[in-house]
Amino acid sequence: MGRYVVRRLLQMIPVFVGTTLLIFLMAYTLPGDPVRAMFGDRGADPATLAHIRHDLGLDQPLIKQYWDYLTGMVLHGDFGTQIQSGRPVTDVLSDAFPVSMRLALIAFGIELVLGLALGIVSGLKAGKLRDNVVLLLTLLLISVPVFVLGFLFKWLFANQLGWVTPNVQDSMSVSELFLPATVLAALSLAYVARLTRTSIAENLRADYMRTAVAKGLPRRRVVGVHLMRNSLIPVVTFLGYDIGSLMAGAVVTEGMFNVKGVGYYLFDAIQRQEGTTVVGLVTVMVLIYLAASLIVDLLYAVLDPRIRYA
Amino acid sequence: MPDTLTKDAPAPAVEAATPAPDKARSLWGHAWRDLRRNPYFIVSALLIVLLLVITAWPGLFTGASPRRADLANHYLGEPNWGHFFQTDWFGYDKQGRSIYARLIYGTRASVLVGISVTALVVFFGGLVGLVAGYFGGWVDAVLSRVIDIFLGIPFLLGAMVVMQAFTDRKWWMVSLALAFLGWTQIARVMRGSVITVKQADYVQAAKALGASTPRIMLRHILPNALAPVIVVATIALGTYITAEATLSYLGLGLSDPAVSWGLDISQGADNLRNAPHTLMAPAVMLSICVLAFIMLGEAVRNALDPKLR
Amino acid sequence: MTTAENTTPLLEVSDLHVEFHTRDGVVRAVNGVNYSVNSGETLAVLGESGSGKSVTAQAIMGILDMPPAKIPQGEIRFRGQDMLTMSREERRQLRGQKIAMIFQDALSSLNPVLSVGYQLGEMFRVHQGLNKKQAKAKAIELMDRVKIPAAAQRVNDYPHQFSGGMRQRIMIAMALALEPDLIIADEPTTALDVTVQAQVMDLLAELQQEFHMGLILITHDLGVVADVADKIAVMYAGRIVETAPVKELYAQPAHPYTRGLLDSIPRLDQKGQELYAIKGLPPNLLRVPSGCAFNPRCPKAEDICRTELPALAAVSEDRGSACHFWKETLNG
Repeated sequence: MGRYVVRRLLQMIPVFVGTTLLIFLMAYTLPGDPVRAMFGDRGADPATLAHIRHDLGLDQPLIKQYWDYLTGMVLHGDFGTQIQSGRPVTDVLSDAFPVSMRLALIAFGIELVLGLALGIVSGLKAGKLRDNVVLLLTLLLISVPVFVLGFLFKWLFANQLGWVTPNVQDSMSVSELFLPATVLAALSLAYVARLTRTSIAENLRADYMRTAVAKGLPRRRVVGVHLMRNSLIPVVTFLGYDIGSLMAGAVVTEGMFNVKGVGYYLFDAIQRQEGTTVVGLVTVMVLIYLAASLIVDLLYAVLDPRIRYA
Repeated sequence: MPDTLTKDAPAPAVEAATPAPDKARSLWGHAWRDLRRNPYFIVSALLIVLLLVITAWPGLFTGASPRRADLANHYLGEPNWGHFFQTDWFGYDKQGRSIYARLIYGTRASVLVGISVTALVVFFGGLVGLVAGYFGGWVDAVLSRVIDIFLGIPFLLGAMVVMQAFTDRKWWMVSLALAFLGWTQIARVMRGSVITVKQADYVQAAKALGASTPRIMLRHILPNALAPVIVVATIALGTYITAEATLSYLGLGLSDPAVSWGLDISQGADNLRNAPHTLMAPAVMLSICVLAFIMLGEAVRNALDPKLR
Repeated sequence: MTTAENTTPLLEVSDLHVEFHTRDGVVRAVNGVNYSVNSGETLAVLGESGSGKSVTAQAIMGILDMPPAKIPQGEIRFRGQDMLTMSREERRQLRGQKIAMIFQDALSSLNPVLSVGYQLGEMFRVHQGLNKKQAKAKAIELMDRVKIPAAAQRVNDYPHQFSGGMRQRIMIAMALALEPDLIIADEPTTALDVTVQAQVMDLLAELQQEFHMGLILITHDLGVVADVADKIAVMYAGRIVETAPVKELYAQPAHPYTRGLLDSIPRLDQKGQELYAIKGLPPNLLRVPSGCAFNPRCPKAEDICRTELPALAAVSEDRGSACHFWKETLNG
């Protein structure tokens, strides 16, 4: 187990360096000029622009900039500055992250409960009517883009039924976050349901299930212990990766419902062409995502002895 | 899918009695027999044919221009459900443009982006996967790390970062951005598939007979490793269409005067309360289009691999 | 064997039919099988894959998936009681406690994510209400009994950490856990190396004697049977074609199929000669040949074999053969 953890941690290093470099290059080899954009249409004299550039380190060679960015990040926890407000990205994040986290956790809860329930219900009766209903439902959820679903819900629950306000007023209010969280969860929910279903249907036919029945175990034990313990391994893996991407991938949902999370600020920064802010925010999101996948891999090893002792 | 488990239920007795037929041909043969009876397949295939025809000849479906605006007469005009295929079938948008015409002409952006991204990722991702899987060793180690790096960046997030670099955005730029971030999915599938096929007896036999490396790769491995790639690519095509619409919706994809469903949805969002049809029409069209490709992919997957049912 | 046990056999299968409803049609996997086992007795059920030998065993165990399987007719009596008419719960109580099963592939038949100690101990926890600690102690005891070295250290290991032979010992231990009256072993040694096969078979035979259990040994390997079985039932296409005490069957088979099986065993005294093989393939159970199912492959087949299904004729008091020409076969 210890060796597995160390190996997995070592594998993270090149991925971390590569991923940050890739983000960096994507953001900085691009034609936009964030410093000029700060002054809008009025423009500014070249000396001021050069000065600001120098302060932000934007006049350095790219590779030097990347090195500064990487070392700043690793050594000082510095993810750059939000150009527009002059605040450090970490500062912006300390406001936004709890919001995204909360939204992601609510979405995760919905996904977990509904996804597993649907998956178990259909997996145990694969091929039957209720299985086909679940398959059709999840097919629809997978096909409808998240912003379409968002507007549909907004129109239905806010404009037609008046149950909620179209935009979230208080980004920390759990009850207000419920609708955006449902929208955010929809796609993953469908995947969880399908994965659970496939996994259960497959394991139902496994030889060890036959053994469990032959041992004279009661059905709830056969299903609850023997079937679930095996079937849920891939589902737990998916859920783990997904909580990372839920936190990292809420740009559309947060923007649509005016939830002031990381995604909201990211979208804001992209539209202002604030390269450093974008890089900082995306880097943090990617780090969250990578950390989540690391945790999941370790969790996976705990759950599946075949990996642990490999 | 509608196919039941029961029909593949273990019939332990028959197994030994049926002789093993020719592998690759029977795989597709069986799949085709299955598909023809699958209503999901028939519906999705017909939809896709229709979408392709619309893409190629939008003029067949409407005489109206998607860009002709008549603010005076048609500001947010209501739909006329009875006026099939006419300019005012789904009403008019805020700028007085025919929503029906925009649906028809918007198909092209979605389908073009979907197909071109798929072609790009299948070619490049497939190539990387084939090379990594076939040669193994350090080649595989290096390529796999590169894949890991790309997978570390969420697809849409990465596409957003790339797209914000461009101001005058064309559909092929969107395609390139999506392909740049999306190829890893295919590469991974292809790699896994090649590694499996590589160990097959007929490949070992070809090697033993002294066939050249390119010949083995192209003649023996590629055709047999392709099935899972085709399935994943078909389903991914649907998600690329979603990605294009999402980018356009966010203002990072196509922009006026281009015609795109995502763009129309974003514009319709402003009038969600009083004129929901301006948003719902492109939203439904987009969803149907994505649904068609995902349904097709799933139908093919189920036909090729009954175990996944 | 006491006389009391002789009057009611431990297990008696009579006129059992099992069919599978598949999309290609109805597969009649078992067509009127009769056999019985007494305590302390070993019945070997012999046949190729698809002969219905495993399906019969699964029907006895009550672990067939229904649907697609269906038992349209027949009785399976355990100590005189028909198990097919029992309630689900009564049936479950028998499984593991009174009748236990050993499967062919121990690696896939053991749960990969639970330790062997857990899987063994589960028997005691579920059926005898022991707590975790007691169950574990029992599991170690069982592992010792089936001669797994360092049982106390290995009790928390997982199935994939054991060798094939050791895994099969764990399966045997699991079956023996509650000292059942009857054990069904479905090809228990097929997946093992030849050297390990003998060890596992010996262990099984030894434990059977110790606990005076009935044993149904399902196999396609005549070699395995000779030393351990008391009697043999040979199955073909879902029917029993010959049944006999093991020595008599080896000496003088009364069915051409049995003869073919015996002739296809390599023998030292026939070195250099071509090995006999039964021609043709086992029948497709969707299209079983009319008459005697074996007729297309039978060297003795005549017209009657293609039209009339031979009944199981009494060759002697404890022998039967389902062949029109059993007398000729018996005499060579």
